[in-house]
Amino acid sequence: MEHEPVPIDADIDLHVPAERAELRPSPVPVLAAISAGGVCGALARYAVARTWPHDPGGFPWATLVINVTGCLLIGVLMVIVTEVATGRRLLRPFLGVGVLGGYTTFSTYAVEIHQTAAAGAPWTALAYLAGTLAGALPAVWAGSALARALIVAKAPL
Amino acid sequence: MTLLLIAVGAAIGAPLRYLTDRAIQARHDSVFPWGTLTVNVAGSLVLGVVTGLPATSAWTALLGTGFCGALTTYSTFSYETLRLAEEGARFYAVMNVVASVVAGLGAAAVGFVFAQALQ
Repeated sequence: MEHEPVPIDADIDLHVPAERAELRPSPVPVLAAISAGGVCGALARYAVARTWPHDPGGFPWATLVINVTGCLLIGVLMVIVTEVATGRRLLRPFLGVGVLGGYTTFSTYAVEIHQTAAAGAPWTALAYLAGTLAGALPAVWAGSALARALIVAKAPL
Repeated sequence: MTLLLIAVGAAIGAPLRYLTDRAIQARHDSVFPWGTLTVNVAGSLVLGVVTGLPATSAWTALLGTGFCGALTTYSTFSYETLRLAEEGARFYAVMNVVASVVAGLGAAAVGFVFAQALQ
């Protein structure tokens, strides 16, 4: 069986024929799934940020935890999407583009680095900048590896 | 009310990320993730403006937590960085991290300074 190419971009990769065609015949199901997922993800992010506030100049743990856990989950999800549940048309739009895209945030990361530095804690800002990268990138890899070990090994392709 | 405003912002921001990414990819054939870079930088710019204005909590919820939060993404950014490295495009992987961080920080700073200058 010919496998589809594995996307580089988790949101949408036009090199993957099925993703290129997913807005036809109607874009409504995919866009609605993304929108609904985005709402769930953003509200979950707000809940975590509310329960774990930080002082100006303090380390923004909430956003770091949000971004690292979101990265772990996208690693797991993309293995499921590309290798297990390949026929589920709305799975990636809802959970990947929507929920995880809405849950994780780059804008808050960028603004918090500034705010932390501006509050007189440049080293904390730098540690947050580097610490998020050092947590997030291996988290994607770990999520993929975990999903492969647990799911793909047991599921007939 | 705050939850509703976050939901409205996110309901627009998330599909806008998808549609922007599609539109940008349709205009070039590179594997470099220009689409995600664009939404992350644009969202950082807008959030910089929001934090630089004497914003009410309602605007912060709608535009900041909801719209910018859902428009930008760390999960896709990290996933594509890993995938570029896996495909042997190590230079692109490193450039994706460097460009996203530098441009995102720059955009947030520009937005903040611009908003402050408006007052």
